Amino acid sequence: MAYLEVKSASKSFGKKRVLEGLSLEVERGECVVVFGPSGCGKTTLLRLIAGVLEPDQGEVWIDGKSVMGVAPEARGVAMAFQNFALYPHMDAFENIASPLRARKLPEDEVKQRVHEIAGLLRIDHVLDHLPRQLSNGQKQRTSLARSLVHGPSVLMLDDPLRNVDAKIRYEMRLELPRVFRKFHSTVLYVTQDYKEALALGNRIGVLMDGRFEQVDSPVGIYRNPKNQRVASLFGDPPINLFPIRPERGSDGVVHAQIGGQRLALGTRSAELAGRECILGVRPEDVAFDFEPAPGGIPVELEAVTPFNVRTVTLLKAGDDTEILASRPEDNILATARGHRRGWARIDFDRALFFDAASGIRL
Amino acid sequence: MSNVLLRRTIRGVLLTLVVLFFLFPMFWVLLMSFQTNRDILRTPPSLFFTPTISNYVALISGEIQTSVGTLPVDYMKNLWNSALLSACAVALSLLLGVPAAYAFARFKFRLGEDIAFTLLSFRFAPPILVLLPLQLYFQDIGLYDTYFGLVWVYQLITLPLILWIVRGYFEDISPDIEHAYRLDGHSWFKSLWKIAIPLARPGIAAAGLLAFIFAWNSFIFALVLGSSDVQPVTVGSLAFMTASGIQYGTIAAALVLSIIPTLVLALYTQRYLVEGLSLGAVKG
Repeated sequence: MAYLEVKSASKSFGKKRVLEGLSLEVERGECVVVFGPSGCGKTTLLRLIAGVLEPDQGEVWIDGKSVMGVAPEARGVAMAFQNFALYPHMDAFENIASPLRARKLPEDEVKQRVHEIAGLLRIDHVLDHLPRQLSNGQKQRTSLARSLVHGPSVLMLDDPLRNVDAKIRYEMRLELPRVFRKFHSTVLYVTQDYKEALALGNRIGVLMDGRFEQVDSPVGIYRNPKNQRVASLFGDPPINLFPIRPERGSDGVVHAQIGGQRLALGTRSAELAGRECILGVRPEDVAFDFEPAPGGIPVELEAVTPFNVRTVTLLKAGDDTEILASRPEDNILATARGHRRGWARIDFDRALFFDAASGIRL
Repeated sequence: MSNVLLRRTIRGVLLTLVVLFFLFPMFWVLLMSFQTNRDILRTPPSLFFTPTISNYVALISGEIQTSVGTLPVDYMKNLWNSALLSACAVALSLLLGVPAAYAFARFKFRLGEDIAFTLLSFRFAPPILVLLPLQLYFQDIGLYDTYFGLVWVYQLITLPLILWIVRGYFEDISPDIEHAYRLDGHSWFKSLWKIAIPLARPGIAAAGLLAFIFAWNSFIFALVLGSSDVQPVTVGSLAFMTASGIQYGTIAAALVLSIIPTLVLALYTQRYLVEGLSLGAVKG
């Protein structure tokens, strides 16, 4: 039995249905990332589990017991809020010590544990500051320290890195898995950043229209998205999507028109003949070269964007179809900028096919 | 450089003019309180006179010397009544109004807005409208001419004020701060006591001070519902309109004395008013 269970929970605010029969199971010690566009109900889900809100329908179970009607303070759940929600009239030390004070721990132990967690998150030098004297990064860590300090059984982080600058975000993305392991917490992590989701989650739940569209491992989500919407959410640069209509040629090979070029679709597409569909190709599965190659689409090189480890190129085929391709940074010199002619080759074995009408992956 | 200097000078002059305009009546009253009635009524009025403390002596000793003889007044008792009535009324209103304001700010309940508005509407109704029935009831149930009765009626003045001002302050506090405190393991009551009330303190201080001033200045309730035993300074000052004329000097001195408690309270409350606590609490 899962440690944390949300059983077909629904919640509406007035006329607006935010969650609709949402279910989720999280194992003990697991980190599940809740990912979705803003306003999809991520924060509402956390609040239902925390007990700050009650679901209209459905239940929340923690450790085999329903916690419906149990007050937030009695659920053993900790939460770091997106807006930090620090106590402005208490210094950072008292903010972090608050959960320990609620448990009436002796002063010595409070001091020791606050300093321990503050050291881990590198805010031990600002413990005597009031929240208004802290930088955003320090506020965020204070809030995180407060949620971690008493070793909660369920830890919920509501987009904790949203309001901090890029450098801290990067650091924390590396640091958080270590912290989670140290505290053996069951973690529910909300984010809008797909990289954070891929970096932190044992599993990722893609929340859309009030329910989970897909819950899967990061690789599963990226490689086998359930539908076109999930596929477009993950990946930056985004996945290329081309509407196509595969046809079986006289030679028995399935072809389709892409970028004004008739291309053989590879072995996986036999059953797609005659069906309207969307071809999804990740930019890293598009090879781009200045030499003509068999199966290549003649394209113009429109733009080059260095992307740290990979370089992203924007290509345009003869019929104005735009294709994004990315390649390892090593080749950046070979891809000097400027409008030039080249050939793009799609790796159809790694491509995704979606139904044109429903968007479901075929 | 000289431009800045010029601007500063002009601003200084303008500010002085404003201060003079607003404080001149106070200043004039202060001067009057050290003059005899004869000096005050002199035409043209003059800034030069022989100061006397006879007005204050008369108030404190409780005997006013008029042209037709000595008149007993009990102004010190009035002053004490004012302080007691206002303080008790505000204390009771804070006790009732702050939790009520919190409830109105945080919880949506049936008829909540209606109740809040009804309380506010007490301030719309002219007091004279309710005074006659109140007077009759009070005499029936023995509340006429008691401190308790007046403190109760003063709730009409102080409670709506405190309720509505403090409610706004509670609404400005992010509920997440309280949610966070409860998730830390603290009870609902503790989050009210340790988080909401300290954060709304500037509002509570402002509302309390304002309510105190309104209670202090109220006149008609005490005039109708109490005798001289419980009457505050506002009603007590009527005694200075004597058969032998209006005692302007004594009235001025009484006014100066009656300002002092409110002034002291305002100065004391000031530090809570400027407490900009919620700054930096949450990121918007």
